[in-house]
Amino acid sequence: MAVTDGTGTESAKTSARRPNRLFKNLTAKTASIPMIFTALVVFIGCTGWTIYHSFTKSRLLPAPDKWVGLDQYERLWSTRRWLVSIENLAIYGICSLILSLVIGFTLAALLDRKIRGEGIFRTIFLYPFALSFIVTGLVWQWVLNPQFGIQSVVQRWGWESFTFDPLNNADIVIYGILIAGIWQGSGFIMVIMLAGLRGIDEDIWKATRVEGIPTWKTYIVVIIPMMRPVFVTALVLIAAGIIKVYDLVVAQTSGGPGIASEVPAKYVIEKMFQSQNLGQGFAASTMMLVSVLVVLIPWAYLEFGGKRRD
Amino acid sequence: MNLMKATTAGIAFCAAGAVSAAELEVTHWWTSGGEAAAVAEFAKALDATGHTWVDGAIAGSGGTARPIIISRIIGGDPMHATQLNHGRQAEELIEAGLLLDITAVAEAGGWKDIINPSSLLDSCTVDGKIYCAPVNIHSWQWIWLSHKAYEDAGVPVPSNWDEYVASAGALEAAGKIPLAMGQQAWQSSGAFGVINVAVGGVELWNKINVQKDAEAAGGPEMAKVFEAAAAARAMAANSNVQDWNQATNLVITGQAGGQIMGDWAQGEFQVAEQVAGEDYTCLPGLGVNEVISTGGDAFYFPKQDDADIEAAQKELAALLVSPEVQVSFNLKKGSLPVRGDIDLSSANDCMKKGLEILAAGNILLSGDQVLSADTSGQIEDLMVEFWNDASYSAADAQAKYAEIIGDAD
Repeated sequence: MAVTDGTGTESAKTSARRPNRLFKNLTAKTASIPMIFTALVVFIGCTGWTIYHSFTKSRLLPAPDKWVGLDQYERLWSTRRWLVSIENLAIYGICSLILSLVIGFTLAALLDRKIRGEGIFRTIFLYPFALSFIVTGLVWQWVLNPQFGIQSVVQRWGWESFTFDPLNNADIVIYGILIAGIWQGSGFIMVIMLAGLRGIDEDIWKATRVEGIPTWKTYIVVIIPMMRPVFVTALVLIAAGIIKVYDLVVAQTSGGPGIASEVPAKYVIEKMFQSQNLGQGFAASTMMLVSVLVVLIPWAYLEFGGKRRD
Repeated sequence: MNLMKATTAGIAFCAAGAVSAAELEVTHWWTSGGEAAAVAEFAKALDATGHTWVDGAIAGSGGTARPIIISRIIGGDPMHATQLNHGRQAEELIEAGLLLDITAVAEAGGWKDIINPSSLLDSCTVDGKIYCAPVNIHSWQWIWLSHKAYEDAGVPVPSNWDEYVASAGALEAAGKIPLAMGQQAWQSSGAFGVINVAVGGVELWNKINVQKDAEAAGGPEMAKVFEAAAAARAMAANSNVQDWNQATNLVITGQAGGQIMGDWAQGEFQVAEQVAGEDYTCLPGLGVNEVISTGGDAFYFPKQDDADIEAAQKELAALLVSPEVQVSFNLKKGSLPVRGDIDLSSANDCMKKGLEILAAGNILLSGDQVLSADTSGQIEDLMVEFWNDASYSAADAQAKYAEIIGDAD
């Protein structure tokens, strides 16, 4: 929820900034009134409502009159489960960001080399994205299960001592989730990257070939800098996916073993609906909103700063 | 027409409003084989009165279903009746005036005199008014022991917790898991509660959970409980199943020595056609303190605008507590009935043990009745971490536990 709140705020700002004069394109503006209204009331309004209630002692029902100041936040940051969640999100986030971009770009670059059967490969790589996180999580729960999955297959091949059981090991469980996340998401990043690569003018390739620059160097020095907007888009999409990771964890480990694979979104949902403590859930979701803003503000700066320079 | 006799209270009620048939949507989370059969008894009984039972089963455990049920009530789309664990889960819904007051039904049926233990009705009561109909009693305080596992290990089946802990070495030597444990939070927390009552005694449990005495929670008596829990954790180290019934299955197949689990585990033994006393043994209160907690399930009736539906809701409330329905439902469910005046001679050995303890009054309140959902959630978070992380020391966990009890409301 915090995620849509954040992006909603941004799109509201975008639509408000673009027009030059107030009465230009009056029809278009009239048509967008419902959206502006939605953005203001639903996104900004509800965000404000949530933040306000995170300072109250709301339990099952919102209690706007029971003001407790920063109590909910103090409890939040002294809860081990929340700290573990944040740590997991950081590990998952950094790894998923880097790996998605690297794998996505590499796959896209390989497909862009005009190979035979590109359509087939593109479909295969994009296919996991058509699956929901719940399905992805269940599939990988089975793949990583020591009795049926990779471990038993490798052991049956003769490597008896082989152990690969990330989901039952508290130290590495988050990487087990990461594998599933990357498998699901990198195909989508690949498609975006591929679209970006297709947008590169053929003449640039010809020019670098004339200059005798090796292909790999062309990619790094010429092509990637030209694809900056594509990278920024991919970055924002990945970041949004990271912040809201929830169903993958629920399907794969439901937070276990112990609390080793808990994530913030799961904390929010469980505090709000299972523990019947809205205030605590709101405080946690407000912290999530803050982390989204930390990602979005630099992005907005890059995007709009860039445009003004043009 | 037997049934009509059973619902005298109901008749008294709908006599005024005549019998206008209503469709009642009832939500619950009883979806496993035995549970669904038990619910079908309710449905049959209601359908016989001319009303229609519209089944709204929600798959998943209470943890999944409760948020859905509560959001529907708060969100203005209330069902006509719903299962909840009575106690503090519905507290705020009652305060907000979202649930139907069924005091009149309770008075007509004389619930005050027949419901045993009376704490079940107290948990339905807010400011002297009754808001729910208790339907059964489930107790947590049981350990289930596999005869096969002990035969294989060559040691006698233990008769109490200390013998059980002592037998762990022999079980391990025979390649068995001494204690089967599912890794979900509610199971960790529940098993701890059982050890708490067995090792620490009822008085200590009441001091901590009812009076919220943080000092007792951090005291030396409780330290023993935490050490026992740490010992149990070591015994469960090789058990890496998730769901409770998978853990029960380890006991049934003799791969594990025992499991600490509530009386609903009995259904699994029944399905596997095992006989109490021959294939498995059940020890209430871990064989140390023979007490059972008397939490359970109750039905609440969200307020409706329609007078006909309200009459039908009240009729259903009376029906749920009526003797015939209590017998047929609880035999299928494996739980104890909420009234002491009915005959359960067809119950099995373990159920009879439970009935005896109940009759002797060795009971305590359930966690749902004394702790708020928020506090229970915090304890669950702590316990699931404690049970799964062998490096989490008993002393650290106890300090954290005392802190949670100190903050509890």
